[in-house]
Amino acid sequence: MERTQMHRQLANMRKSLFDQGYLDEQFIQLEELQDDANPNFVEEVVTLFYRDSARLIQSIDQALDKSTLDFTKLDGYMHQFKGSCSSIGAKKVKSECTQFKEYCKAGNGEGCKKTFQQVKKEYATLKKKLEAYFQFARQVGPVETACRPK
Amino acid sequence: MGSLGGVVADSQFHVLAVDDSVIDRKLIERLLKISSYQVTTVDSGNEALEFLGLQDEENKDSDLPSVCTANHNRREVEVDLIITDYRMPGMTGYDLLRKIKECSSLRDIPVVIMSSENIPSRINRCLEQGAEEFFLKPVQQADVNKLRPHLLKERLRNNKSKLIEECLGSRPIKKENFQ
Repeated sequence: MERTQMHRQLANMRKSLFDQGYLDEQFIQLEELQDDANPNFVEEVVTLFYRDSARLIQSIDQALDKSTLDFTKLDGYMHQFKGSCSSIGAKKVKSECTQFKEYCKAGNGEGCKKTFQQVKKEYATLKKKLEAYFQFARQVGPVETACRPK
Repeated sequence: MGSLGGVVADSQFHVLAVDDSVIDRKLIERLLKISSYQVTTVDSGNEALEFLGLQDEENKDSDLPSVCTANHNRREVEVDLIITDYRMPGMTGYDLLRKIKECSSLRDIPVVIMSSENIPSRINRCLEQGAEEFFLKPVQQADVNKLRPHLLKERLRNNKSKLIEECLGSRPIKKENFQ
């Protein structure tokens, strides 16, 4: 595929992530922290996010598996997880997290369990999309995205 | 004013960032480095106190004021500002702020609190306890830009008192403090 076409396709991939509500403004903030000296900053942060949050997801799954739910503990885990989602601009995942916290506050175990399935679904979807995006970006090569001036 | 500019540009400002989230530590570190600050990140209030040279082993998580080593020279590192997350397991950012303000050798270091929760009573409590700023997460470049006046003010104050001490003879005279 011709170079400019690839650039355009990459830009479209990126745009649809925002248009479809997967990412918010914070992702752009991350892009602005990238420069020639730190060209992979966004991917590094996202990779770190998926690695770090895997254990939180596991903790929440285990906590939801108990016969009596500890909502304080659940809220604590979710607070951390939601914070991380917020830091990378994971909009849809974050909104499911907010819903989860509401159910925690209300002591609604069923609500928590149902919502957590949604959290995991959005989390996995975003991971696939971002992996595809970063992989394609690598193929396209260094691109003038929202970069800080030197 | 030119001489003051020279003094202030002397050494990089050193910021200590405290956050239990590895992602937020990476973010704040990047933001601070872009502003040309030297950065140290730690993952808890206890680690922060240890780094600052103030740690009371028995009272680690207690409400009692830590035994404060008033001897400033004991501290190996110079920290110009502390930025800490509010909600952390164990010692909260608020507890850390309090311990710092209770310590004579640390209380002048400006402290900034970060939180993902916008709770006015929490914000007021922190500001009343002496926090210079309260940032809502996710922290952005615009927030980090607000740190500079606090850093400059403190350095100016420090340089002034060093100068006065030298004039009064309680401290050896250093040429650079007269420039």
